[in-house]
Amino acid sequence: MDILGIFLSSASFILAPTTIAYALATLGLALHFGYGGLLNMGMAGFMALGAYGYAIGVLTFGLPWYFAAFVGIAASIVFALILGIPTLRLRGDYLAIVTIAAAEIVRLMLLSSAFGGVTGSADGLSGFNGPGGTVTNPTVGAGGFNEGNPIPEGVYGFVPFLDNERTWYLRIVGILILAIAIFVVWRLVNSPWGRVIKGIREDEDAVRSLGKNVFAYKLQVLIIGGVLGALGGLMLAFATNVNSSVYVTSLTFFLWTALLLGGAATVFGPLAGSIIFWVLQAFLGLLFPALASVGLMPFTTIQAAQIKFIIVGFALVLLVVFRPQGLFGNKKELTFVK
Amino acid sequence: MSSKPTSSSPIKSTGLHVGEIKPGVAKKDPILIADGVRRQFGGLVAVDVDHVEIPRNAITALIGPNGAGKTTFFNLLTGFDQPNEGKWSFNGKSLAKVSAFRVARRGLIRTFQLTKALGLLTVMDNMKLGSTEQSGEKLSASLFPFLWTKKETEIEAKATEILQRFKLDTKKDDFAASLSGGQRKLLEMARALMTDPELVMLDEPMAGVNPALTESLLEHILGLKAQGMTVLFVEHDMHMVRHIADWVIVMAEGRVVAEGAPDEVMKNPAVIDAYLGSHQDVDLGTVTGRITLPKISKEK
Repeated sequence: MDILGIFLSSASFILAPTTIAYALATLGLALHFGYGGLLNMGMAGFMALGAYGYAIGVLTFGLPWYFAAFVGIAASIVFALILGIPTLRLRGDYLAIVTIAAAEIVRLMLLSSAFGGVTGSADGLSGFNGPGGTVTNPTVGAGGFNEGNPIPEGVYGFVPFLDNERTWYLRIVGILILAIAIFVVWRLVNSPWGRVIKGIREDEDAVRSLGKNVFAYKLQVLIIGGVLGALGGLMLAFATNVNSSVYVTSLTFFLWTALLLGGAATVFGPLAGSIIFWVLQAFLGLLFPALASVGLMPFTTIQAAQIKFIIVGFALVLLVVFRPQGLFGNKKELTFVK
Repeated sequence: MSSKPTSSSPIKSTGLHVGEIKPGVAKKDPILIADGVRRQFGGLVAVDVDHVEIPRNAITALIGPNGAGKTTFFNLLTGFDQPNEGKWSFNGKSLAKVSAFRVARRGLIRTFQLTKALGLLTVMDNMKLGSTEQSGEKLSASLFPFLWTKKETEIEAKATEILQRFKLDTKKDDFAASLSGGQRKLLEMARALMTDPELVMLDEPMAGVNPALTESLLEHILGLKAQGMTVLFVEHDMHMVRHIADWVIVMAEGRVVAEGAPDEVMKNPAVIDAYLGSHQDVDLGTVTGRITLPKISKEK
């Protein structure tokens, strides 16, 4: 059993593109739920729109990757408006139901063969990242994300971050986007605007009675959080092919797990939560099969790999019971939970 | 409470009405006029007010039995609910179809029967939220602190001053959720003052508040009037109504059944029938029949 190898492979997830993508989308959820009190259960839908918007922009409209990325972001804004205008007048729990349904509608439309010419239907889309292709499917496309790569070919870094130029490019772009996003969210929630949305989270009628346009604020929160979700989807698309089977409801729940791990009403919690979530997932996913293969666990290696979900689920239950404010949350805030 | 020597008797505004006193009587200087306001919930007519005027710079009490439609009427006037028909105006401008937050911006601020302190915001943040002048509340400006930090300091100074008056200044960094019920009532009222309102509508400000705190709340309400504001409040504590109200409006079954100065209104047989009961000054034990005696006459 190569325990060092397991540790190193797990550690590589600290700065993996997927982790960054999760951190972005979870940051969006933190803004929605932790600060704005909007129970968004459809983050996967926003991510799907970001990813597909970009891929379709490149493949169908032949846009350069940066314009195509804006197509993805614009799609998520339109989605937030369509979702928000009729539903933000509803109370929290209803919004949760509507968002979960809307995200499924998005996914099923992307899956549907009716739009197969554009969305690739069940096969999804690939080859939109241009020269070098995607990590998993290196095909040659035009005007994709990889064309912007200024890093010369080669392998850089040190174990566990020993990667080729493409992965580093992706990682640096991701970290830049994430850093800007975290700064913007931090700035927003610590401004008078942030005070209003926190007020809305506590009691929207009270805020309304003080002369604030609650609906407009909620719509702004939904849009900004949705754009962060779309950026997460973009990161996933920069990294690999897009396929509707990725943007399922369980993706949303993984994001929620990361959010609660880090702390819902925090700015750095989403990042910490995403890192912990992915490193832990990877670690347990490697450790259990390894233990099984040397006979320390009474399972086949395939069964053992699935046990991580049980452990993660159990850890989440413990977390919510004993540390509901998350790792970074303010304990004081939870003393007075209604 | 009213007999405590500490609180001197407030000066009542008189001569607020024009002509004979009857439900819907015209006022010399009305701030709020409601005309034919009617709200139905299915078959139930919750509010059906023919005409009512609220006098400016006076304290008006709205009383009536539970279910009389007082809170619904509040909701209608403040845009939290829309009536089926009728028109109503504030400072001569119609408020029909004006949304709640715009009503508040025009200077008509309300509080709620179930206190709405914003629990996980600090007392100071609760107060700052009341300010209507912070441009940093706009999304576009919020990212640039130099646009709003100066205003923020001004707002904080104003909030501190009001908090001192309400004796909440020592609590300013605590979460509102850590306050007692009475302190939350105070906070809600203080927060409403941050908006510089013209008309303050208080929905049962004294409910669940102990006598000593009631007294200080009374002082604050009288203070509002002294500062030139108009107060309309719903209350069941008749001592308090008698003590501070300049004018009393009585609602029952959605209608205004009586109006007038407090002392006169409380002698009105319709009011006694519908609301006060004929034993308001008698020990409750007698009324309920647990203590024997004087024979009970008509009782609702």
